[in-house]
Amino acid sequence: MSRDEDVEDKVTIALIACGPEYSGVQSEIESAVESLNAKLVYPEMDVSELDTIGRDFGLEVASADLKLLMARAKAIVEGRAKVDAVFVASCFRCAEGALVRNEVRRYIHQNTSIPVISYSFTERTTASTLLTRLEALTTVARRRHLLAREKQKGLTAGIDSGSTTTKAVVMRDNQVIGHGWVPTIKVIESAEEAYKKALDEAGVNREDIQAIGTTGYGRFLVGKKYDAQLSQEEITVNSKGAVYLANKQKGSATVIDIGGMDNKAITVEDGIPGMFSMGGVCAGASGRFLEMTAKRLGVDITELGSLAVKGIENNIEMNSYCIVFGIQSLVNSLAKGASPEDVAAAACYSVIEQIFEQQLQEVDIREPVILVGGSSLIDGIPRTLEKFLKVEVIVPPDSQYIGAVGASMLSSGYIKEE
Amino acid sequence: MAKVFIYPTNSLILYDLVERFGHEPLAMMGRVHEKITTPGIDSPPININPEDPKYGLKYAAVEVPSGVRGRLAMAGPLIEKAEAAIIVNDSAISFGCMGCARTNEMVKYMARQKDIPILELEYPNTEEEGKEFVYKIADFLKSLPGAKENNREGENE
Repeated sequence: MSRDEDVEDKVTIALIACGPEYSGVQSEIESAVESLNAKLVYPEMDVSELDTIGRDFGLEVASADLKLLMARAKAIVEGRAKVDAVFVASCFRCAEGALVRNEVRRYIHQNTSIPVISYSFTERTTASTLLTRLEALTTVARRRHLLAREKQKGLTAGIDSGSTTTKAVVMRDNQVIGHGWVPTIKVIESAEEAYKKALDEAGVNREDIQAIGTTGYGRFLVGKKYDAQLSQEEITVNSKGAVYLANKQKGSATVIDIGGMDNKAITVEDGIPGMFSMGGVCAGASGRFLEMTAKRLGVDITELGSLAVKGIENNIEMNSYCIVFGIQSLVNSLAKGASPEDVAAAACYSVIEQIFEQQLQEVDIREPVILVGGSSLIDGIPRTLEKFLKVEVIVPPDSQYIGAVGASMLSSGYIKEE
Repeated sequence: MAKVFIYPTNSLILYDLVERFGHEPLAMMGRVHEKITTPGIDSPPININPEDPKYGLKYAAVEVPSGVRGRLAMAGPLIEKAEAAIIVNDSAISFGCMGCARTNEMVKYMARQKDIPILELEYPNTEEEGKEFVYKIADFLKSLPGAKENNREGENE
């Protein structure tokens, strides 16, 4: 969210969904949308379309609300409903709903330039869970001009206040000149520590910084502390940072960010996010699983990757992706004499397999695949991902600072010309 | 007077027919009215809040999607109260609809499991079938205890 958000027009988001009102989450969706200076609309269509939409769309389903969902998507694609963004949602665990949701999302994405995301909810879904996703959606709809920026200018800083670590960078004239990376303990104190490290390495005074961008879970708090020009969710910021660092700003790309507590998979076109999914389904699919494995093996997290590339995951029997039971399987294997290399390989394989099965199915993978986030530095992770995707995975320099770099770069758009 | 559960649960035509023969229709409209007029958490548009899908666990297990359980939380109590039921299969969406095919299957199943008189019909596609459809419903409703002998003349077709 930038300082000038409140004077911008409301973004119109089409909600095409099956079941939110019966799941008791309709008001949560409305609340999240309201907080983003956006409004929900429901594309109108003729009721007679429901009789033929199965054939027209090509997917014949039994549920009337899913027929309605497809008919509304068709009204958007045909331009009968004018909207800025689309949110496609259906109940978690509904097979019919999942098929329609994914195909409708793909249909809108392929036939329009309207940003679209999809989500499967439960009765436990809250406005705060939806906020980051919807914020990314409104940002893409509202500020394409900002995301079109390809170079950093002036002297700027970016702070990524993540759930596990806080990262900061200082950039000058399109170069990263200072880094700071500390564990997140207290949001403000950790941000200050990381920022100070970055300033010290860069050899500049904080008074000289012309613009600051913040991202990550603590973005609003940290943004307020430093009077940041830009406080933006990590989906748009990280995708921008990833294509910038990988020098793949033009054309298609897929950004996969494996974070400390959740993951993002984002398809990007000319640096602007298209489809994306944001995980958080299970700690077993995050960097936390790798941290715990490293701890159990008695090695530093930075050494886990080099162990993993020497191991064979098939030598370890793992019965669960769960961070508790999965680690238990690894411990049992060690007790039976398994090598640390095999255990490290199995841990990397488990994390990637779960991300592949539960998250990467929600986006269309387009090359190049850019892997970012702290886990990208664990060598076994990109190598395992390559095995699953059968494509080369790029890990750009400073990949762990991706959010801070993206925030710093985007914030330079707010530097006033002298 | 009998309490008659109707399916589709929001069919205005079935609701009207049941009422004309002096019975109490058990329909979704009544449940929604109940939800939006009972003081509690404000959760528009129909005041189903996250507690309702949990109440739906009475009818379906936790692996069943929340939207199905939320709908069952609305329809289930109606079926529990039912003394008779009219089920119309394969109806047009405009005749009445719950939106979710899985809920439809479960709601019909729950009604069929009750030891009550049930009339099951196919949705009519021609005028003749339409007349026959109304006659069958009328006969069924007349056969239930407490039916009105003379409903408003000419309005039951």
